[in-house]
Amino acid sequence: MKRVAIVGYAQHPILKNAGALNEVELIMPVVHQLFNDLGISQKDIDFTCSGSCDYLQGAAFAFVEGLSAIQTNPPIKESHVEMDAAWAMYESMLKIQMGDAETALIYGFGKSSPGDLDAIISLQMDPYYISPLWPDRVSLAALQARVLLDQNVITSEQMLASVIEARANSKNNTNALITDLIDESDYLNNEMVSSPLNKLDCPPISDGSSAMIIASEEKAYEFTDHPIWIEGIDHRIESSNLGSRNLATSNTLQASMNQLNLKNIKFDVAELHTQFSHELPFLKSLLNLQDVPTNLSGGPLVGNVMMCAGLDAIGKAYESLKENQLTHGLAHATSGPCLQHNMLVHLEAQK
Amino acid sequence: MSDSKDLLRAPFELAYNYKRSNGPVMSKFFEALGEQKILGTKSSTGKVFSPAAEFDPDTHESLNDMVEVGPGGSIESFSWIEAPQNHHLIKEPFAFALIKLDGADSSMLHMIADCNEADLSIGTRVTAAWSETTTKRITDIKFFILEK
Repeated sequence: MKRVAIVGYAQHPILKNAGALNEVELIMPVVHQLFNDLGISQKDIDFTCSGSCDYLQGAAFAFVEGLSAIQTNPPIKESHVEMDAAWAMYESMLKIQMGDAETALIYGFGKSSPGDLDAIISLQMDPYYISPLWPDRVSLAALQARVLLDQNVITSEQMLASVIEARANSKNNTNALITDLIDESDYLNNEMVSSPLNKLDCPPISDGSSAMIIASEEKAYEFTDHPIWIEGIDHRIESSNLGSRNLATSNTLQASMNQLNLKNIKFDVAELHTQFSHELPFLKSLLNLQDVPTNLSGGPLVGNVMMCAGLDAIGKAYESLKENQLTHGLAHATSGPCLQHNMLVHLEAQK
Repeated sequence: MSDSKDLLRAPFELAYNYKRSNGPVMSKFFEALGEQKILGTKSSTGKVFSPAAEFDPDTHESLNDMVEVGPGGSIESFSWIEAPQNHHLIKEPFAFALIKLDGADSSMLHMIADCNEADLSIGTRVTAAWSETTTKRITDIKFFILEK
């Protein structure tokens, strides 16, 4: 395996409603911030890959318009995933491994405010057995929350703690959307959206974008003296047949942990793409992160840009290692209902 | 400036208008639903998947041995919606639930209605209520109700 490093990451302030700002106008500032920080231009990028969801814009091939945010003349090598941009980073890793590129620009963008996100996510489910029933994303998450509570994998106190901590940690991320603190009575008095999940257990509707640049070992030091290495990356998906999955655990995440040999690594920090309050204690326990500072950025509960929040977990773990001179970071990205598809990224600062 | 009535206009219908093939396994499942029967597929290990799965996610084998299951079953998990949204099919408070039908080893996602949240818990018995007209879709089961 060729060594690949993250050399830069930028995040747009997460907005409740970007209004007339279109996707291009959301992407441009983060891409140009990265270029300015590193003193480079699109000419220094061998491969560009984006992550977004055409369903959010309500038009086929809507993602192509996003390319207007970057210079595409002379022609560039470019790709897109209809997934969180964390998977655009995965594709970029493969491009570098194959020797097709030494550098890659990754960006993700999403505007959830104009539409009805619950209805839109329903349309992305299995079109035979699930989509015709119109299950909303919160009700699907709530099915897993109830299983985890029933089997004592997590407690409702841990869910409350996730919400309170996320808001306290939002001070560490100047781009966070939700920054007001709450207490236990605010939480307990909140209306249920889909029991057992109340409104505060769910992430806010968010608009925004993020970008990242990764590079091969030869190129990384041209960009920065402090690259953060992608020591391991693995992603696995579970059955789309929701009822055949064991929602009390994650066989795929356990397989990824084994594949990446994470058991003996002492992580300094972790950022998890946990969109609902019950997912944080669940994954912390599953990934053996009980004593590891997790989601110091506040995580998705204080800002959850669809198709970016997974890349943001990787970006925030990168920032933590870089800014605090830490050694090992773990990032997690997810997709699909009830943590169906998961990616783990092991980041390491230069020893 | 042109008068607004002179502007060129084109219709733009935002729709999800794909036609999908049900394939050999799901076709049998949906045909049976039209006759108010629920089928599952059985793997070589004896595990029964309902709704009918085309393959076993553990052994990866193709499945085509159909067996009848349900129409009763028990709740594996549920989420209760007190205030349904516009897109929901049921306009009164209801639950989405994972229901393990009698004879099946996996669960079916569906809805439970005509009850209160307090009536439901994991393990509660429910049974299928059928739509008045069947269209060979998963919504031929209108929702599940408490077993009498």
